[in-house]
Amino acid sequence: MLGQEAPPAIRPTSALRRALSRLPLHVALIGFALLWLVPTIALLVSSFREPTAIATSGWWEAIRSPFDLTFSNYDEVLSRRNMGQAFVNSVIITVPSTVLVILVAAVAAYAFAWMRFPGRNGLFLVVIALLVVPLQMTLIPILRLYTDLRVEELPIIGGEMPFIGGGIFGTGSFTSLWLAHSGYGLPFAIFLLRNFFAGLPRDLFESAYLDGASDLRVFVRIVLPLSVPALASLAIFQFLWVWNDLLVALVFLGDPSLFPMTVQIQSLVSSFGSNYQVLTSAAFVSMMLPLLVFFALQRYFVQGILAGAVKG
Amino acid sequence: MIGRRWWVPWLWLAPALALLAVFLVYPVINTVFTSFLGQDSGGGIVDFIQDPSIFVGFDNYRFIIENPEPLATDTHAALFNTLLWIVVFPTITVGLGLILAVLTSRVRYEAIAKAAIFVPMAVSFVAAAVIWRFMYEFNTDIGTVNAVATGVGLDSTAWLQNTGAPQTWLTDAGPDKLPGILDTLRINNFALITVGVWMWTGFAMVVLSAGLKAIPVENIEAARVDGANEWQIFWRIIIPMLSTTIVVVATTLVINALKLFDLVFVLTGGRFDTDVVASLFFRVSFVFGDFGLGAALAVVLLVAVVPITLLGIRRFQLQEEAR
Repeated sequence: MLGQEAPPAIRPTSALRRALSRLPLHVALIGFALLWLVPTIALLVSSFREPTAIATSGWWEAIRSPFDLTFSNYDEVLSRRNMGQAFVNSVIITVPSTVLVILVAAVAAYAFAWMRFPGRNGLFLVVIALLVVPLQMTLIPILRLYTDLRVEELPIIGGEMPFIGGGIFGTGSFTSLWLAHSGYGLPFAIFLLRNFFAGLPRDLFESAYLDGASDLRVFVRIVLPLSVPALASLAIFQFLWVWNDLLVALVFLGDPSLFPMTVQIQSLVSSFGSNYQVLTSAAFVSMMLPLLVFFALQRYFVQGILAGAVKG
Repeated sequence: MIGRRWWVPWLWLAPALALLAVFLVYPVINTVFTSFLGQDSGGGIVDFIQDPSIFVGFDNYRFIIENPEPLATDTHAALFNTLLWIVVFPTITVGLGLILAVLTSRVRYEAIAKAAIFVPMAVSFVAAAVIWRFMYEFNTDIGTVNAVATGVGLDSTAWLQNTGAPQTWLTDAGPDKLPGILDTLRINNFALITVGVWMWTGFAMVVLSAGLKAIPVENIEAARVDGANEWQIFWRIIIPMLSTTIVVVATTLVINALKLFDLVFVLTGGRFDTDVVASLFFRVSFVFGDFGLGAALAVVLLVAVVPITLLGIRRFQLQEEAR
């Protein structure tokens, strides 16, 4: 039993014994962490190896001759396999979707948290219920809607969006993805922000209202500055969801020149099955930005998860 | 603001409600309706108004239950695999997450160890699929898993025993089948679930670790003074005090397992009996163009998440009472 052993007289020995008894803990934990990293490291190492080397020897062999690495896979993927354009497309899709969902959700969350109106709690329950709607349910009706409401051409602008490309509205346009991703992201965004806003001290609001501050003023001057951590975690989440999305882009875009990286890689997998110099470097290009965001903003990421990460 | 006009809150809510109505509420209603329509029912309600004869009642649901075309659309395999996912995937992930939360809390390099395990969370399903295609590759000069398997001798895994060469993990059930009901437990499904576990263990670990930190130190110290060993502390104190957090993590993972699509779609395309309901939905709707059957499959997913929704609503109500 733990409480009965180790009389104080033999302290040095017991310290050594304690260190030894903790050895299995370190071995297990470090072993597990390394095991978890192996797949990612395998991908990273392979993406820098010559195509012939990838096909004939394991990635672990590369550690023995570390100077045989090359950038040629990246060169090929970015120039010839459209991954460069796909990267740009991913940015074009992700950034507006993230900004839009935060704006719309923050405004609604303020109303849910600090305004009184009939049916407030009932309506919020509906939002919570929408949190778990399987995305798949929405695809067919929205696809039909986008096909029917497709805008082929606008006066002055013409038939293609300036700067970013793609159609004006409906299938095959970036605008349709921005709106869809915002809609899908809203339940979680409203849920997260409303709970955060509701937790702000009541006195702040009451004194501001007594001073005659308008809702807009309270929202912009008090709520938003105090909520930066919550807004940051939401931004990271929405960014990762949209960036990593395959399904929505696959269904609504249709035009290969508009594909984000996820769709491009998926089609590379179907056409280049085991052509790993293409696949590994393409996958790593798509992972760079999320990994960067993740390591730079890990604290907010974890906060967002803890705030109840359940998403529809 | 005191004395707000009645319409002011609605003005603030309007953009959100409009987006929710168009992208979530309307599609759900329309999809439920479409699930009662035949093949040419892309517009759902609109198509039905134009041509009421496309109404087929419960035929699509009967199709899912009776599984008349197992070669093209094996609905039974999809249902079974989804069930397998929602049982096995959360169990393993929560178990590993719990162990890791406890282990990491006892070392000084906690942050680094957590980051290593958490990295796959930032990776897309598509990238994860590429990573694991590479890991599972048949050729032992390429695939890490098979290289290790051959390195330690194939005897260690029963279903790979008689192959002589390593089985391609994603493509076959293996020659010697397991007895009885276990026969339906195909190794390729577990190979896919492994990828899911790899991606989501970090999530479970981080949430459970935060819950662990909220347990008062006094409780654990008191148990130690009373002579409890670490094993007893884990089962009698940590697990009961973490039970709410465990439920939250597990429900999140169940929802993820239900909606799982990308992994299966990219890794196997649903071939070799690995289809889940969500990936079969995609094939039925967008490859075969049978929107009615696709909608019925989507409704199956919705019905499965309803109990989880009710749980979430209950949690909110309890929270509000406490506010």
